[in-house]
Amino acid sequence: MTEVTLIQAVNQALKVAMAKDPDVILLGEDIGVNGGVFRATDGLYKEFGEKRVLDTPLSENGIVGMAIGMALQGLKPVAEIQFMDFIYPAFDQIVSEAAKFRYRSGGEFPAHIVLRTPYGGGIKGGLYHSQSTEQLFTSTPGIKVVIPSTPADAKGLLLSAIFDEDPVLFMEPKRIYRTATGEVPAGDVRIPFGKARIAKEGSDVSVFAYGSMVPQTLQAANVVEKMGIHAEVVDLRTLVPLDVDAIVASVEKTGRAVIVHEAPKFSGFGAELSATISERCLYSLKAPVLRITGYDTPFPYALENLYLPSVDRIARGIERTATSA
Amino acid sequence: MSEVGDPSKETMLRGFRLMVLGRAADERGTNLQRQGRIGFYVPMNGQEAAQVGCGLALDAQDWILPAYRELGVALARGIPLKTLFDQFFGNSADLLKGRQMPCHYGYRDYRYITASSPIGTQIVLATGIAAASLYKGEKVVSVPFFGDGATSSSDFHAGMNFAGVYKAPVIFFLQNNGWAISLPREKQTRSPTLAEKAEAYGFPGVQVDGNDFAAVYKAVSQARARAVAGEGPTLIEALTFRMGPHSTSDDPTRYRKSEVVASWREKDPIDRLQSELIAKGWLDEAGAEKIHEEAKLEVQSAIDAAEKSPPPDPSTLFDDVFKEPTSLLEEQRREFLEMVSQGVLRP
Repeated sequence: MTEVTLIQAVNQALKVAMAKDPDVILLGEDIGVNGGVFRATDGLYKEFGEKRVLDTPLSENGIVGMAIGMALQGLKPVAEIQFMDFIYPAFDQIVSEAAKFRYRSGGEFPAHIVLRTPYGGGIKGGLYHSQSTEQLFTSTPGIKVVIPSTPADAKGLLLSAIFDEDPVLFMEPKRIYRTATGEVPAGDVRIPFGKARIAKEGSDVSVFAYGSMVPQTLQAANVVEKMGIHAEVVDLRTLVPLDVDAIVASVEKTGRAVIVHEAPKFSGFGAELSATISERCLYSLKAPVLRITGYDTPFPYALENLYLPSVDRIARGIERTATSA
Repeated sequence: MSEVGDPSKETMLRGFRLMVLGRAADERGTNLQRQGRIGFYVPMNGQEAAQVGCGLALDAQDWILPAYRELGVALARGIPLKTLFDQFFGNSADLLKGRQMPCHYGYRDYRYITASSPIGTQIVLATGIAAASLYKGEKVVSVPFFGDGATSSSDFHAGMNFAGVYKAPVIFFLQNNGWAISLPREKQTRSPTLAEKAEAYGFPGVQVDGNDFAAVYKAVSQARARAVAGEGPTLIEALTFRMGPHSTSDDPTRYRKSEVVASWREKDPIDRLQSELIAKGWLDEAGAEKIHEEAKLEVQSAIDAAEKSPPPDPSTLFDDVFKEPTSLLEEQRREFLEMVSQGVLRP
């Protein structure tokens, strides 16, 4: 066990998978010689060569379409979309092809691909280097959506994604690429999809978060702890498949629920979580469900710190939900 | 004198049979829709030589990526008529489990990728398959089928560009049938030909008479030899004409003149190949007539067999979203089947 950053964990997962299985191939913009603009693929071109680490032309629909084609011919491609904000040219390939291939072919042609993409704000990236649009993909049947928040989860979930036989959108919280550090097990140790992680146990209020909002929420939980409020922080890890049992168990225990995400509130994934809670544990609730999210505006540049859920905003929301009668 | 890629007598006769069979099946496909027995149909009428000529020039291990009008390719590939009509009816014998509109089929056993409806997406997939074939050392080509309209799509650009960059073994088979629903070829692009677009991507593009079976067969054979020799992709623009509507939902009299259609009827690919075969002494009138009659009977028996199968079992609705259904999908399936068993939902 060694202490690594989240992005180093991503790199390790890729390296372990490539060493283990020659069908694992990487492709994307600037991922070869340059090692990726965030250095996620650093050293892999040198170690595995240009046939397994493909620098592609600048075309997201090309990258995703290539990856799907490679999967149809038996490979396990892992494509990088440099920023989630640039994934939209590939939306047709993701939604119309990858997500529907298994279903439309009666199971004959699964699209075994992973799309890795850095997402989210907090890096002064403005409108087009900051967005979180997981809800566009969670509302499309046929694609799994995974968002790690720790180095260990990044490695274990990415390894699961690479060997999972369904298409996986793997969203990496770039804001905490280098600030999230922790020990990571060596080798091919996978974390199964659909199992939420209790990041902090508590009895007074359940707080559901994922990706970069998990460390923010844990800090907020420490703030309210000093006021005597014991918040339970649940890291969802995978939005599709969703660990409904863990959500229900936590809310039934605490009777109060707060949801935190970076994406805009309206029609965001928090709405799905809120509806799930109201459908399954309304009679356990002692207070309305609260969503703490980005606002319903395009992502701002100068005011991003005010736009994103901050520790103080989350702490205030937890406190109010925990204390409302 | 025969040249590299010229079809043999056997190939010519086989091609003729398949084109006739395709025409017979195609006409019935349209009629079944008109009679309300299937929901939709995409006729290929007029494009038989382009499709069968291309299909027969390929190896069984080559990958086919159809648009949705490629009945001739499917038959050349050896996909049984019954399998295809099961798909048109969307019945319980349909290997796609009734999930898609008619004509959007595909089968792994035939390396024939299941079609989708968006225009051009399969062009990039073909490049991806070809890149993977190169990596795996398989001497096979990928062949995406698409029309003149698809050359305006971003995926055409991406697929062509990536194939050029990686020297991928792809034959981009473009059936220029003159019309993208109501938009004529001249309004699709200012480019004088579609074939010349290949030049900008660094590989050859050729035009071929798409209603000439032997010419198509030869062009594809040569492109295939090039591709498996590691010389990279080729774009083939087959000039042909869509004699019927875009689909059974389309009325082409709204946008094109009957004289133009009539002029192309004079160039009918089946009549043309039949005349050639008779001129060569490889077929006579009576033999041709027999082939036409046998084709109709073969189609009828496939329809009779397919129409006997019941619709898909309702529980299959939830299969194949993922390899294993999620707990939420299983929950929906239970609630759904309960309503089916209670008669709230009736198939």
